[in-house]
Amino acid sequence: MNPIKSLIKDLADLHGRHRENLLPVMQGVVQKEKFLSEYSMIEIAREMDIPAAEVFGTATFYSFLETKPAGKYIIRICKTITCAMKGKNQLLFAIQDMLKIKTGETTPDKRFTLLETNCLGWCHKAPAMLINDDVYTEVTPEKVREILTNYMKENI
Amino acid sequence: MAYSYQLKRVDFIFRNENDWEKVLSNTIKKKPDEIINELISSELKGRGGAGFPTGLKWKLTAESKSKEKYVICNADEGEPGTFKDREILTKVPYKVLTAMAVCGYVTGAKEGFIYLRGEYKFLEEELNKTIDEFQYYCQEINLDFKIKIFMGSGAYICGEETALMESMEGRRGEPRNKPPFPTQAGYRKKPTVINNVETLVHTWTIFKYGAKKFYDLGVQYSRGTKLFSVSGDTPKPGIYELELGMSLQDFVYEFGDGDTKAVQVGGASGFLVPRKKFKDTAIGYEGKLVGISLPTGGSMMLFNSSRSMFNVLDNYLEFFREESCGQCTPCRVGCQQLLLGIKAVKRGEKPASYLDKLLKLTETMQLTAKCGLGQSVANSFSSIVENFREEMIY
Repeated sequence: MNPIKSLIKDLADLHGRHRENLLPVMQGVVQKEKFLSEYSMIEIAREMDIPAAEVFGTATFYSFLETKPAGKYIIRICKTITCAMKGKNQLLFAIQDMLKIKTGETTPDKRFTLLETNCLGWCHKAPAMLINDDVYTEVTPEKVREILTNYMKENI
Repeated sequence: MAYSYQLKRVDFIFRNENDWEKVLSNTIKKKPDEIINELISSELKGRGGAGFPTGLKWKLTAESKSKEKYVICNADEGEPGTFKDREILTKVPYKVLTAMAVCGYVTGAKEGFIYLRGEYKFLEEELNKTIDEFQYYCQEINLDFKIKIFMGSGAYICGEETALMESMEGRRGEPRNKPPFPTQAGYRKKPTVINNVETLVHTWTIFKYGAKKFYDLGVQYSRGTKLFSVSGDTPKPGIYELELGMSLQDFVYEFGDGDTKAVQVGGASGFLVPRKKFKDTAIGYEGKLVGISLPTGGSMMLFNSSRSMFNVLDNYLEFFREESCGQCTPCRVGCQQLLLGIKAVKRGEKPASYLDKLLKLTETMQLTAKCGLGQSVANSFSSIVENFREEMIY
């Protein structure tokens, strides 16, 4: 069996095949694959016996359920008011400069995707950033370079 | 003469108490009616922002006839400027779990869920450990109540209670029509209590210390304490527990940087209060005789004179445009048009009077949008445009 198919089967076995298990299953696929491809969505629909259009409709509603290919590390910079006031643009520039990508893009080696996101809930320690599930707060351009350098060193 | 401010700091919520087992077993020795009456007499209102009386919510759910009921803790804290629920779930999660179990006992629900926003996934592991420990004790005292975490996936609108339930049922997080209210038909169309994280912690305080202790804090119609998430231009950003009913002037004396121009109370969906109205504004639920009372989920964002109110409004509108679920036209199209509209005025493509048209549009949205998101865009829009009109134009 191909790996995505068996991943989806395992997730459905774990969470169940009812409609209310759809989000956990999709989250599980995103955790592993970083995004939901058309193939994954059709496969989820088949495995859980839900119309594929419904799976697609649900997936595209949630900003953390990516439907476009994404890198291993998804960087999300908070752009809501306090982070905007405390210099999130400087962070974006520093990251764009370092990774040579624009916001919304993925590096050619598929390691980093850079995104902006709405309030992360760290306004008292702005600006804030998520890399996958890990939170970084009071980030400065210097700090972000350091953090990314560490990620880049990993698994080379 | 120096101004003597009188903010009343309180320490109930984060007080570290290790007697939750005792609180739980003692509380469920009482009759459900007694517990409900205790909550009603405390006058505790929902701390998520809407302010529905908590005792009444539990009572209505308890009275609904169904074998299947649910308790949901709403931890989809997404309002810009709010970050208190994360702190509660990090520091005193057992208080939340205890309150959920008591709610289950009172209403007859056997299952509880914590709907945790995707942005807080890093809390999941630790929280699951606490839940395991908690369930172990529930078994010991023969309390049949299971708690599970349900992860959100990045959607502000899922903080709206019925959208949250749609999301839990595996659908797009689009709010439902009300009525029926969740107390009659909530998750899986069964009677459901859904409370904010902070509200649940306040019930814990009431179970432990009694309703009177809680009622004695705050002012008439706004009893008890509230967690405030303070951010923006302030020398001491953070989370503070204060008595309700304080004046905004006192708040600014404590938290301002000496140059405070305006305070946004209640996040992007709340109100912007300019300096001249600080002393007439109190923080609490409606019903005070004088001045303006602003209810809030606890988000307090301070702006100093270096901030452009146009940029602030632009940022909020962009937020709403993205987070609108798109289900109803007033909100979907309204948010887009408001954003385009203020930009056009700023660029001089539309006359200043166009702002009045936009204000009319927000009135329409307030009247016709299906849920709180679309209805409350008018709050920040009108309070910013009316008080800082010149900044929108020049």
